[in-house]
Amino acid sequence: MPAMDYIDAIRLAMKEEMERDEDVFVLGEDVGVKGGVFTTTKGLQEQFGELRAMDTPLAESAIAGVAIGAAMYGMKPIAEMQYSDFMFPATNQIISEAAKIRYRSNNDWNCPVVIRAPIGGGIFGGLYHSQCPESVFFGTPGLKIVAPYRAYDAKGLLKAAVRDPDPVIYFENKKCYKLINGDVPDTDYTVPIGEANVLREGDDITVIGYSLPLLFAEQAAEELACEGISTHILDLRTIQPLDKEAILEAVRKTGKVLIIHEDNKTGGVGAEVSAIIAEELLYELDAPIMRLCGPDVPAMPINPPGEKFFMLNKEKVKEAMRKLALY
Amino acid sequence: MKTMTEIVVPQLAESLVSATIDKWLKKPGDRVDLYEPICELLTDKVNAELPSTVSGKLVQILVESGETVPVGTAVCVIETEGAASADSQPVQADSAPAPAGSPETEDAPMRGRFSPAVQQLAAEHNIRLADIAGTGLGGRITRKDVLAYIASGAGKSGQPGSVGSSAAAAPAVDAAVVQVRSSGLHLTETPRLPKIEVEGAAGLGRGDSFIDVTPIRNTIARNMRQSVSEIPHAWTMIEVDVTNLVLLRNKLKDEFMKREGINLTYLAFLLKAVVNAIKDFPIMNSMWAVDKIIVKRDINISLAVGTEDSVLTPVIKNADHKNVAGLAKEIDELARKTREGKLTLSDMQGGTFTVNNTGSFGSILSYPIINYPQAAILTFESIVKRPVVINDMLAVRSMANLCLSLDHRILDGVICGRFLQRVKDNLESFNIESKLY
Repeated sequence: MPAMDYIDAIRLAMKEEMERDEDVFVLGEDVGVKGGVFTTTKGLQEQFGELRAMDTPLAESAIAGVAIGAAMYGMKPIAEMQYSDFMFPATNQIISEAAKIRYRSNNDWNCPVVIRAPIGGGIFGGLYHSQCPESVFFGTPGLKIVAPYRAYDAKGLLKAAVRDPDPVIYFENKKCYKLINGDVPDTDYTVPIGEANVLREGDDITVIGYSLPLLFAEQAAEELACEGISTHILDLRTIQPLDKEAILEAVRKTGKVLIIHEDNKTGGVGAEVSAIIAEELLYELDAPIMRLCGPDVPAMPINPPGEKFFMLNKEKVKEAMRKLALY
Repeated sequence: MKTMTEIVVPQLAESLVSATIDKWLKKPGDRVDLYEPICELLTDKVNAELPSTVSGKLVQILVESGETVPVGTAVCVIETEGAASADSQPVQADSAPAPAGSPETEDAPMRGRFSPAVQQLAAEHNIRLADIAGTGLGGRITRKDVLAYIASGAGKSGQPGSVGSSAAAAPAVDAAVVQVRSSGLHLTETPRLPKIEVEGAAGLGRGDSFIDVTPIRNTIARNMRQSVSEIPHAWTMIEVDVTNLVLLRNKLKDEFMKREGINLTYLAFLLKAVVNAIKDFPIMNSMWAVDKIIVKRDINISLAVGTEDSVLTPVIKNADHKNVAGLAKEIDELARKTREGKLTLSDMQGGTFTVNNTGSFGSILSYPIINYPQAAILTFESIVKRPVVINDMLAVRSMANLCLSLDHRILDGVICGRFLQRVKDNLESFNIESKLY
């Protein structure tokens, strides 16, 4: 099984799906000739031609709108938002059209679109290249949202998203592109949407999260193991719909839970996860539910100390984990 | 067993780092109760008494009055004894890994705070939490502490459920697979109904039955509850001699029936008397609006009309514009509409004062609930013949009681007494010569 980078796993998923099904095509800014600003779509236009790796104008509402229309017509578009920060002009298309069309048409129409958008900061990108817009779309019925952390899941979830009959937002973490490397089978496999995954077994504390911060949790867990603290880590993988059973199962193991994500704390995915735990597992809790998230600050600062303050890192996560373990 | 416990300067406010001992309230040798002040502390922010965290005898003062010391410094030593240690002694005797009892109470603020998980485990395994040493923050007993305690097998001997507890542990694992949730009211699922056996249940005897609460019953219940819970009710009563009114009505009622086709009731006279009294005391016609009292200009009398299973209060609008005959007609019409269920919304709105003819069902005394948000409600009780002393002679007179419940936020005894007196005067001044039109 070859080890590959997160970004290569994403590219491989698209390549495989485009080979498997000629209705699958990608569109977005610079996805064709240039092969994407991060090289995510590199080589796709050479292999599949410019009609299936389509460069678009700088108009996200059009990218989403064209993709939604094509999807309703029977195609399987993968629309790329160059940065998730640029996604907001397309919010209306995504929330009011894609998410609602099946319900609105009484099941006559559906919209098998995938919208890929890189999230996250820590790449010296500042305001317009670092945002985590999960909470904007989270809680919208009709949308599925996935946010892989492992390279294996990056491929499996993207293939599942392409084959899903309804709109799926695929939040890939741009700092993970070259940072996360792991075993990715070159076989045709999918990771089911809506299933979380246990990254590490432990019995002192449970850490629940998605995307990049899980790396910090894994590193911190390794170090804390030397201090005798045993950590259970759950990767949500899909943030909508949340895998409730897996969340409850993971919390039940330790009774102490830390929820981490880079999106800001207020109204984030962690708020919903903690509400589920509070609703269902009150009598299993051994400590207050704890969240470690981005601060409620309007934007990622461009200056390095500010960016460091804003971002989660191994030290911050480790400190929170230790605090919870000692409680 | 005697233990020495140090009392330390507590963190009185977040930013405080030190405190000054102002005055010692106890001296060495004094007996100190739990929470009893032992000295007074001065800080930049607060001045406070320092309560003892244990009960015992003060043996030594470590910091004299006037000295300033950092937060956390021990200021005195108290020797604990008696009940507390005697109580904990047997525990220490029979539990092998003896938790260090006394030192923990001193620096273990979380010792007595048990998480739901800990409580649940302790209940499942029949464990006394006092026997377990806490390793968590502030001496807190963690879930793992309990699990370790269970695994060590301690606390089993002498427990009635000792055999069962290990057996109970096994099903608990199975239960984890079947039912993950331990709490939660699942609003989207079919509500889990509590197990209530309707038939033959203990609370419900033979032949008892349920009556569905009708919307009107529900409305009455809500209004009554709102009135009683928001309005401080007070109550007063006055006695009225209506002998002359009885004579007047007897003289006029047959002709009135012929002429108008309806009964001439006492209620019409009463309403006239009430309305005229309200004109003299407009505050009776008001409502409470928290920061002000609204005195209503129009006098709209709500009339309580009972049916078999409810009571409604249709409104006679601008009652002050009507004479006795006009009021009699209105009463008749509203009573008829109520019985026939033909009241419209406009018939029910705008009341400013309520009159209830409780005499019609034989009451001689009642304590009415105010028709929210009005200020008062008056009842007209049965007219009964009674011996009355007039000028030191006994006479047989027709007497009736008027009862008034009032919103004591707006009205007081004096004004209501005057109002009732005015109603009484008005009623008693009807005589055989009075005109209906």
